[in-house]
Amino acid sequence: MILDGKCPTGPIQQSWDKHRQDLKLVNPANKRKFKVLVVGTGLAGGAAAATLGELGYNVEAFCYQDSPRRAHSIAAQGGINAAKNYPNDGDSIHRLFYDTIKGGDFRAREADVWRLAQVSNNIIDQCAAQGVPFAREYSGYLANRSFGGAQVSRTFYARGQTGQQLLLGAYSALARQINAGSVKMHTRREMIDLVVVDGVAKGITVRNLVTGEVESHWGDAVVLCTGGYVNVFYLSTNAMGCSVTAAWAAHKKGALMANPCYTQIHPTCIPQSGDHQSKLTLMSESLRNDGRIWVPKKKGDTRHPSEIPENERDYYLERKYPSYGNLAPRDIASRAAKESCDEGRGVGAGGYGVYLDYAAAIERLGESTIASRYGNLFDMYEKITAENAYKEPMRMYPAPHYSMGGLWVDYNCMSNVPGLFVLGEANFSVHGANRLGASALMQGLADGYFVIPYTIAGYLATITPGTVKDDHPEFKKAKEDAQNRTDKLLAINGKKTPTEFMRELGKVMWNNVGMARSEKSLKEALQIIPEMREEFWKNVKVVGSGNDFNQQLENAGRTADFLEFAELMTYDALHRDESCGGHFRTEHQTEDGEAKRNDEDFTYVAAWGSTGANSAPELHKEPLKFENVELAVRSYK
Amino acid sequence: MNLTLFVWRQSGPNEKGKLEEYEAKNVSPDMSFLEMLDEVNEALIKEGRDTIAFDHDCREGICGTCCQTINGQPHGPHDGTTVCQLHMRQFSDGDVIYIEPWRAKAFPIIKDLVVDRSALDRIIQAGGFTSASTGGVPDANAVLIPKPEADLAMDAAECIGCGACIASCPNASAMLFTGAKVSQLAHLPQGQVEAAARVCAMTEQALKDGFGNCTNHYECQAACPKGIDVKFIAKLNREYIKAQLKGA
Repeated sequence: MILDGKCPTGPIQQSWDKHRQDLKLVNPANKRKFKVLVVGTGLAGGAAAATLGELGYNVEAFCYQDSPRRAHSIAAQGGINAAKNYPNDGDSIHRLFYDTIKGGDFRAREADVWRLAQVSNNIIDQCAAQGVPFAREYSGYLANRSFGGAQVSRTFYARGQTGQQLLLGAYSALARQINAGSVKMHTRREMIDLVVVDGVAKGITVRNLVTGEVESHWGDAVVLCTGGYVNVFYLSTNAMGCSVTAAWAAHKKGALMANPCYTQIHPTCIPQSGDHQSKLTLMSESLRNDGRIWVPKKKGDTRHPSEIPENERDYYLERKYPSYGNLAPRDIASRAAKESCDEGRGVGAGGYGVYLDYAAAIERLGESTIASRYGNLFDMYEKITAENAYKEPMRMYPAPHYSMGGLWVDYNCMSNVPGLFVLGEANFSVHGANRLGASALMQGLADGYFVIPYTIAGYLATITPGTVKDDHPEFKKAKEDAQNRTDKLLAINGKKTPTEFMRELGKVMWNNVGMARSEKSLKEALQIIPEMREEFWKNVKVVGSGNDFNQQLENAGRTADFLEFAELMTYDALHRDESCGGHFRTEHQTEDGEAKRNDEDFTYVAAWGSTGANSAPELHKEPLKFENVELAVRSYK
Repeated sequence: MNLTLFVWRQSGPNEKGKLEEYEAKNVSPDMSFLEMLDEVNEALIKEGRDTIAFDHDCREGICGTCCQTINGQPHGPHDGTTVCQLHMRQFSDGDVIYIEPWRAKAFPIIKDLVVDRSALDRIIQAGGFTSASTGGVPDANAVLIPKPEADLAMDAAECIGCGACIASCPNASAMLFTGAKVSQLAHLPQGQVEAAARVCAMTEQALKDGFGNCTNHYECQAACPKGIDVKFIAKLNREYIKAQLKGA
């Protein structure tokens, strides 16, 4: 099937304004009759729930954490982009649009990206009004800094905790609505199923993580803001609770999953220290503004970094990409690090690390300036590694970080299942095959504050509220399915823990479907994953009960879903017989090792439909049209 | 290294809890404290025993989910560190470690080391916001904020809402938590309009939920993983008095 993204036609500059004019509205007196379920309370979900509550909808919000203030948006350090052009350095909506399209390696929808760039400016205004303490100049004006993949300074930040401050802004707006009674908050709930009645999304099934009870909730629309899936690699920078479970449930109920092979590997994370490792810690990309990345020129050089003279160091990013240097985009920087290590020039235990060196910056700017910019990051690094980055270079290695792929949505952020909207990282829409730094926060808030309030009205205005409630047989069935699955998991009583399975799956995904993929490695993964899944359902050991607070059961459920999703992700990577952005197929590279796209055959979104357990997914294509940018080789030299 | 753990086990809010003894073997100094507990739990699963429940999520010290009192200190012995960022190199072979949940009337225990901190959300819901609805706000640069004020607001805003300040306080006072949010907004022009109503509503909510008052022990600042300064409690008091004088 050829999918229609329902993008507005006409000049792109007016596309969003025109579309907003064309969208239907819901009368203020009628809004409260519509119940909207918002799942996930990170930037996208928090902003959406708060804003829809402000508008007068009857909102119920859900999160698996104990508070809506804790979603993993909180961990974003570096900043948020906007096309304000405050520094007068040549930025514009068009330039942010172009940089995002190019950064995504020409695999995103033009109209969605234009809208993102356009509303980016409103986000900064909104957050400032909420009391987000952005960094300021002595003049009292907002400060900006530069970030990977851009030649202008358009990144706004709040020390090294921008994600935290933006999330607390959205959380406080949400708190205000909870207080006002327009949003009902359900914490410690995990969405485990989507309820679809006559092809339309009408509610969700959640597990109450405190009591174990399976609950049904009906709604006139469901808004999924449930984040990304890179925990499929087990070791990633995501929080431990991040999972594909909610998105996968929606997929199994008919929602298409788009471009799942597009995953981002972040170039600057703290290297793994041993097998006990439970997650990897990201160090903000902003570190690359002042740090210089290098490895020894000589293979297997075990000297202390201070003993390696300047002329025996290879500042490989500066060498290979002179105009962007250490600020080359994430996928390029990550692969370059991996190549250096694969050549045997990596540093630290195990040889999987590169240096990020501040000596030159400290000499030029002084230690106090560096401390004011990166102090908290240096502290964090020291806590984990017991090394002082003021005195010796940090060691870094790439780690899975973000998923550009996700549930397919049209221009209205609605999936192919009417009534099911998907926002933020959970959808596939704006980042193409690679996301630029400081753009995730931008997208989450754009979708939540400024897109969904308009587009959801366009949908709700066409339906009658409250026609399906939780006494409908579909809700009962979903509840029974959930209960059966829990019973099944608890009854297996095998030999391996859920974490052991997840670790094994993660290893396969990292080695075979990671930073560099080949037909061979992918086909191998497609052999292994179903076997692993089969073993899981025979040999997993889940302790505790189903009627209780049981973290092992949570773990087991998420692992079971990852074991299914991993196969689809691999399938997509195998089908996309080209390299683009974060999807690097070793068969398709230029002479100097850059990703080589195949625009003729692959300028489309691959949206996969579920055809049931253990059967091949069905491919739907949405062709991508580029009318405002020219498809070009993505060069950062 | 090998360690002996005494961990608080309590199967539910109304059940009786007790400290139980566990062995943690072959612990690497590079492990985080939570990774050490993960390994203990993996061993418990193999024995078919119920695992130790503990809250955790980001494991990089920013989400504020993890909350354990280790050897009597919320978040353990290392200054400015959450449990998830506490590393085992802080301990030595043969150590005996006591692990307990946050203890406060306002934080009922859910299971083992997991407590209900929704009282903190209720304090924010009472007034920890500006009433700026989405849209219709001025350009961000239309309101200038002197850098020192913006920096002070940011110092206060670093609070991660973990509740260590309350767990460490002999009065289980939430004044550092409340003071941090009140101060953040009080240092910004955007927060001025509702300042008086905010401080009264938040303080009242804290009392309603059973948090105590501050009697200047400063344990909160010592326990805070983000080093939030007790001067924000002073600021809270000043804001409160100002509001009372105004008759808010």
